[in-house]
Amino acid sequence: HHQRDQYHPYLVDIYEQLPVPFGLVRFGVAPDHPEVKNVINTFTQTARHSRCSFYGNVNVGKDVSVEELQQAYHAVVLVTTQTILPGEDLAGVYSAKDFVGWYNGLPSCQELSPDLSCETAVILGQGNVALDVARVLLSPIDILKKTDITHPALEALAESQVRRVLIVGRRGPMQVACTIKELREMVNLPDTRPEMVVADFQGVIDALKDLPRPRKRLTQLLLKTALEIPGEMEQERRNKASRTWGFRFFRSPVKVLADPDHNRTAGIRLAVNRLEGSGEGACAMLTEEVEDVSCGLVISSIGYRSVPIDPSIPFDSHKAIVPNTMGRVQQAAGLYCSGWLKTGPTGVIATTMNNSFDTARSLMEDMDSGVLHISSAKPGSQTIRALLEKRGVKPVTFSNWEKIDSVEVKRGEATGKPREKLLTVEEMLQVART
Amino acid sequence: TTGTQPLRSCDKVTVHFVNRDGEKITVKGSPGDSLLDVVVNEDLDIDGFGACEGTLACSTCHLIFDEEVYKKLGRISDEEMDMLDLAYGLTDTSRLGCQICLTQSLDGMEVRVPDSVADVRQSKDESA
Ligand SMILES: Cc1cc2nc3c(=O)[nH]c(=O)nc-3n(C[C@H](O)[C@H](O)[C@H](O)COP(=O)(O)OP(=O)(O)OC[C@H]3O[C@@H](n4cnc5c(N)ncnc54)[C@H](O)[C@@H]3O)c2cc1C
Ligand code: FES
Repeated sequence: HHQRDQYHPYLVDIYEQLPVPFGLVRFGVAPDHPEVKNVINTFTQTARHSRCSFYGNVNVGKDVSVEELQQAYHAVVLVTTQTILPGEDLAGVYSAKDFVGWYNGLPSCQELSPDLSCETAVILGQGNVALDVARVLLSPIDILKKTDITHPALEALAESQVRRVLIVGRRGPMQVACTIKELREMVNLPDTRPEMVVADFQGVIDALKDLPRPRKRLTQLLLKTALEIPGEMEQERRNKASRTWGFRFFRSPVKVLADPDHNRTAGIRLAVNRLEGSGEGACAMLTEEVEDVSCGLVISSIGYRSVPIDPSIPFDSHKAIVPNTMGRVQQAAGLYCSGWLKTGPTGVIATTMNNSFDTARSLMEDMDSGVLHISSAKPGSQTIRALLEKRGVKPVTFSNWEKIDSVEVKRGEATGKPREKLLTVEEMLQVART
Repeated sequence: TTGTQPLRSCDKVTVHFVNRDGEKITVKGSPGDSLLDVVVNEDLDIDGFGACEGTLACSTCHLIFDEEVYKKLGRISDEEMDMLDLAYGLTDTSRLGCQICLTQSLDGMEVRVPDSVADVRQSKDESA
């Protein structure tokens, strides 16, 4: 969108470490949210634009440095997000990032093969990712098998013994981090019923009237789910349900409890918190009290974080973002950032798109104002391609990706799925080069 | 006369869009088309509009109406409200464009594309 064709024939090249595009839209967004992935059509239009090129299979910071990119281009926009989470070395404890990567076909997560032989799973964190994981664990298999979830994940979930999912948060019902759409999906999830702790909702009704609209509607739905006596039909639905889910509020994880004989998870110790203050800013304070919950599976969905990809780039490790003003990386002319690297891991695709438009606007302004020198020609992909060739790195172009895409779609057709993803980088590269 | 009537241009509904930069764009759409259809058919340049293609999964088609027009727009579903809650610069007369279908009674209405404001944080994927 941001182009003024006849005056400035800008070229935009995209470098991506994986052979396939679309980042967290492919590897994060839940398989049962195909509508969300419609945005891929818009991205594809952009990528097919005659002045846009995609170079997949290029790891920036390893195959080519940011400095080299800066020498080759007038401007470099960093959007890479990489995420890390502290894990525990015990069978049955996973990070949500790995678990999501596993069911969505992220090559680096395919070895996970999570142990789903227990009845109760505990998810730490109450954001949308936590609810995605809860939904995938509890969804009837007939729903999942029509999605683009990977075949190994589908098989494992079909055998899963998980019947109960507890979604644990440090603070209270008025501070949950999920959005209402995701909560409503849980409430309506077939063959499940909610299981909440009524006492957690003390005082919530009184606080409702002062809340801003989104928080108010979210809280109302929570209250309705937890406290309201359901109508006849809903009661019947709940009675028939074979699986349960529930929020557990005011709890912080202390440690995972191991089954000493089998080196696997037997439960989790939670500290009981007391809230100090109210509203969004309320703080969870630990009390002396702890509570042990038996469970065979713990999935930690606390905090996706970006990590710096190149030591030369300024990085605020506290906020896990590149310090920037409207997308301009501070003290680095010609360097910009966008996406989760710019804002931290918050917000949905719409938010991410808007903040990218802002970064693009900043870049255009800098060209117009002369802050960014664009009078001299720059070689762009020409030098980078030569560098990559010298280093034995073979980029995957967008039309290469379209071969992968069509193979995946074709494989999916056989089983009534929108696509069956290729699961290893080797296979992706092989198909890309046919 | 009986039989199907040819669609005359006066059957079309006129809509004035006010884009983010204040630019006013006047277009026509057929009754029954959604405002998202109109934006797509007329190839209007509104950044990021309609990312989920009208499936109530994104809120990028957020539009703001005049109060009198808003009242004529009909019932709003819980699902639309849920997505609207995530929209930038939500107002009392906001709706999602993909859910609004043109009718003759809306002829000549003005719809405003809200500003995209940076730094609005609605959802955090962290423990609450
Ligand atoms: C589990 C999960 C579920 C989600 N569900 C939804 C949803 O239902 N609806 C919704 O609206 N939003 C959802 N989101 C949010 C949405 O995915 C993000 O807002 C958006 O994808 C962020 O875009 P981004 O460009 O910042 O990051 P990314 O999509 O992560 O893109 C960054 C890209 O950079 C690449 N990269 C990283 N390091 C390097 C490197 N060194 N060299 C080259 N390339 C590199 C990565 O491979 C990746 O492709 C979800 C997010 C997650 C994590
Ligand atoms: S186009 Fe996505 S909600 Fe309307």
